[in-house]
Amino acid sequence: MNTPEKAAPKRTGEWPLFEVFIRGQHGLSHRHVGSLHAPDAEMAIKNARDVYTRRNEGVSIWVVEAEAIHASAPGEKEALYDPSNDKVYRHPTFFDVPEEVGHM
Amino acid sequence: MDNASLFQCLLRFGDNTLVLGHRISEWCGKAPALEEDIALANTALDLIGQTQMWLGYAAEVEGADRSADDLAMLRDVWDFRNILMVERPNIDFGHTIMRQFLFDAYHHAQLTALSRSSDPRIAEIAAKSVKEATYHLDRSAETVIALGDGTDVSHAKMQNALDLLWPYAGEMFESDDVDAQMAASGIAPDPATLRDAWDLRVRDTLSLATLNIPEDNFAHKGGRTGARHTEHLGHMLTQMQWLQRAYPGAVW
Repeated sequence: MNTPEKAAPKRTGEWPLFEVFIRGQHGLSHRHVGSLHAPDAEMAIKNARDVYTRRNEGVSIWVVEAEAIHASAPGEKEALYDPSNDKVYRHPTFFDVPEEVGHM
Repeated sequence: MDNASLFQCLLRFGDNTLVLGHRISEWCGKAPALEEDIALANTALDLIGQTQMWLGYAAEVEGADRSADDLAMLRDVWDFRNILMVERPNIDFGHTIMRQFLFDAYHHAQLTALSRSSDPRIAEIAAKSVKEATYHLDRSAETVIALGDGTDVSHAKMQNALDLLWPYAGEMFESDDVDAQMAASGIAPDPATLRDAWDLRVRDTLSLATLNIPEDNFAHKGGRTGARHTEHLGHMLTQMQWLQRAYPGAVW
């Protein structure tokens, strides 16, 4: 059996879209800040540096090709999230916390 | 070493960054992609920021009650000391990026050497600027490779840009009495000593970009000594300086 050839990239004349994630400071997680176009991942990081970190916003940049991101479908909202709505016992609010423990 | 020579030397640094900074700011709002537009504007701002430091120090050394702004906005063509390459018009994106790369490779080597200057002010300015130049070089080199080793059209445009610009590269490594004085007192390197590092970087990048380096080493010169500039600098200054010429002393 022949291995199917890898599909050639679509030639739309546009650079692919990348989503940009930036870590604001050490200890925080990367946060989505926006998107941009770039010919490849390396240039995407450089472009992200120029477009999104001009005012000293970041210590680390992640870029991900937008088409590599899989998202939940908005139409499945009810099935995905509603069932947890009425299950208040999943929140740890039924315990009496002793005074001496302080703020949790 | 006298102050007049140090002044000339600082003008050469500051005028290169001023003129190139202004040239690439001309792309603002009309670069081929938004991302490139912002990147070029950032580079322009970095270069103008370096200009403020170089010409600010030049004005102090001159001691003639002039400021960095006076030097930038009130001198005419014959008093500028930038190399001819940076005053060339942008022509197209490929030409702009090729010029940027040829200059960045030089600028990076120059600033690296200047960060060890015996003059602490120069060493400080260079140490700050070399970080910016490192990024400029990274970016322009990568774009030269992408476009040179890109489509037939982009390759042809980059080869054409290289052929046009090559005769302007040699001036970066010219030296005269001012340079000899600077080198003797450890203030600035003799430009000729920067050539090896530049050659290495440029040949490496251009070969990855599948571009042919022209064999003729003829060099246009006269910009950094002030002997002659191209006709393009005067036109550029009419744009850059018109506000101070039309409304002398105008401030924000």
